[in-house]
Amino acid sequence: MSRPSGSRARRRRTPLPLLVLGCLGIVLFILPFLGLLSRTPWGRLPALLAGDVVTDALRLSFLTSIAATAISLLLGVPLAWLLARVEFPGRAVLRGVVTLPLVLPPVVGGAALLFALGRRGLLGGALESATGLLLPFSVWGVIIANTFVAMPFLVITVEGALRAMDSRYEDAASTLGAGPWTTVRRVALPMIGPSLKAGLVLTWARAFGEFGATITFAGNLQSRTQTLPLAVFVALESDRDTAVAISLVMVAVSLLVLLTLRERWWRVP
Amino acid sequence: MTSGGLRAAVVVRRSESFAVGVELEVSAGTTVALLGPNGAGKSTLVSALAGLLPIEAGRIELGGVVLDDPQRGVFVPPERRRVGVVFQDYLLFPHLNVLDNICFGPRSHGARRAEATSRAETWIHSLGLEGLESRRPGDLSGGQAQRVALARALAMDPDLLLLDEPLAALDVTSRTHLRRTITEHLDRFPGPRMLITHDPAEAFLMASEIHILEGGRITQTGTPDEIRLRPRTPYAADLAGANFIRGTAEGGLVDTGTALLRIADEKVRGPVLLTIRPNAITIFPDRPEGSQRNAWETTISRFERLGSRVRLLTAPPTPLTIEVTADAARELRLHPGSPVWVSVKATEIGVQEDERESNSQSDR
Repeated sequence: MSRPSGSRARRRRTPLPLLVLGCLGIVLFILPFLGLLSRTPWGRLPALLAGDVVTDALRLSFLTSIAATAISLLLGVPLAWLLARVEFPGRAVLRGVVTLPLVLPPVVGGAALLFALGRRGLLGGALESATGLLLPFSVWGVIIANTFVAMPFLVITVEGALRAMDSRYEDAASTLGAGPWTTVRRVALPMIGPSLKAGLVLTWARAFGEFGATITFAGNLQSRTQTLPLAVFVALESDRDTAVAISLVMVAVSLLVLLTLRERWWRVP
Repeated sequence: MTSGGLRAAVVVRRSESFAVGVELEVSAGTTVALLGPNGAGKSTLVSALAGLLPIEAGRIELGGVVLDDPQRGVFVPPERRRVGVVFQDYLLFPHLNVLDNICFGPRSHGARRAEATSRAETWIHSLGLEGLESRRPGDLSGGQAQRVALARALAMDPDLLLLDEPLAALDVTSRTHLRRTITEHLDRFPGPRMLITHDPAEAFLMASEIHILEGGRITQTGTPDEIRLRPRTPYAADLAGANFIRGTAEGGLVDTGTALLRIADEKVRGPVLLTIRPNAITIFPDRPEGSQRNAWETTISRFERLGSRVRLLTAPPTPLTIEVTADAARELRLHPGSPVWVSVKATEIGVQEDERESNSQSDR
């Protein structure tokens, strides 16, 4: 008994109610995956995944989610910059509007997009007569729905990183001869690199799993607007094995995303 | 004023109650120190000169080119000023290695990759940074980071060099070494150089002219000796209160030209700067006992009351500022002209190697 009493006193017993409820919480997370795995027709899996519906949806999902991520990068980073670094009236309101899609039910987002960009929407009619482009029920519709729902993840991640960054590094860069654009490109963006990467992965994952806004705004047409989540939804009605197979693919992809982010989120502080 | 010099009149309001209003000139090829306590406005002045903070009134002119003049609507942004800044905490880009940090300036000024690299390599060699090129700033020691920061500022070929507390973040042992390196490069730099510091020893050793900055104003300007011998404000007096004596050390003895002082460090050789605090000096009416002490006879040439203390100046050839309590002064019946013996223990004498002395020895 040579240890100081202080280090013994610090080891508290876990209260029983917390232990029980915590374990119930774990069950809630694990059980659905067990259910999915128990229904998986392992032998037919390759054949199921090679079907037309699945390959179409897979291709479309990757295409649209990557496109949405690219658009988010192009527009979201400058937007985050404005929110973090430029003072203007209504900035707080704008930040609220930008983050709204995070909490908004996606169906409502899809409906709102329809009223704005649909054939009889605010801009949709003009857009169609000017360019012949009709967004709803097209691949572009899926991409826009995905971007609308997913981009806020990038904006808030990058904005937070820009705020946390010591702006004196940018001062140092400017004394060394770097203009504003060079400073952003060579100092600010590389310095928030890890956050930018995490934001991109989150954005992509959100776009990849998008359902509500997509089905409302872009519809559910195989090979045109039917992404993996939509295909699961349809298959659940008709072909359960296919639904399970697609679900399994999405679980695998999500796990992969978590693995790429493990440095950030799996590390115990 | 020489052609490449800096001439600045800077007025910047930092808050309701605090404004910086400073006028100064730095000729090309000279080092001027801006010495002041924290919060005196030193960083504000650095920002204004570098162009990171527009001035509200006044005028900044470097090498005959107006950089900032609000009255005439002139403001040259920092990236077009060529003001090399060594920041207090260096601000090396954490995502770039040493080579790329040093290349940053030349590259930003339009140099091609190969040209920037060759220019960076010159400074890497000159500052002894070989072998560290691919290290990230996070893997450097404080002294290495400080040299990289200096190399980065010099590699962009600046017209003015600003060093903001260049040694403050270093431990005491790296400081002497680094100060020598910095002084060498300052001496070689052809443009005006400005050293911002709160450490009087740094200012006295590295600069030929010192501005004392207090509360946003310059309260005194002069050579280190002028400030030391005739401080005009309590702050300057406190700074200058310490006695700085130059000399040559050998075997635990320092020859100051007028006296031979024993110091505790027997290994140090060559030019040194001795620092003796005024309250570390003892006054005796007669020759003190004990042979290990530095003691000599002199007279009091100045007598100054500072509340409960008295500040004394002894007569040449080795003038010393001494502080005693008013009680002790009364007891010893000190007054201007009193003959006294002064004594200081070897362990109370601060010793710093003095690189500047070796450069200018011939003209002494």
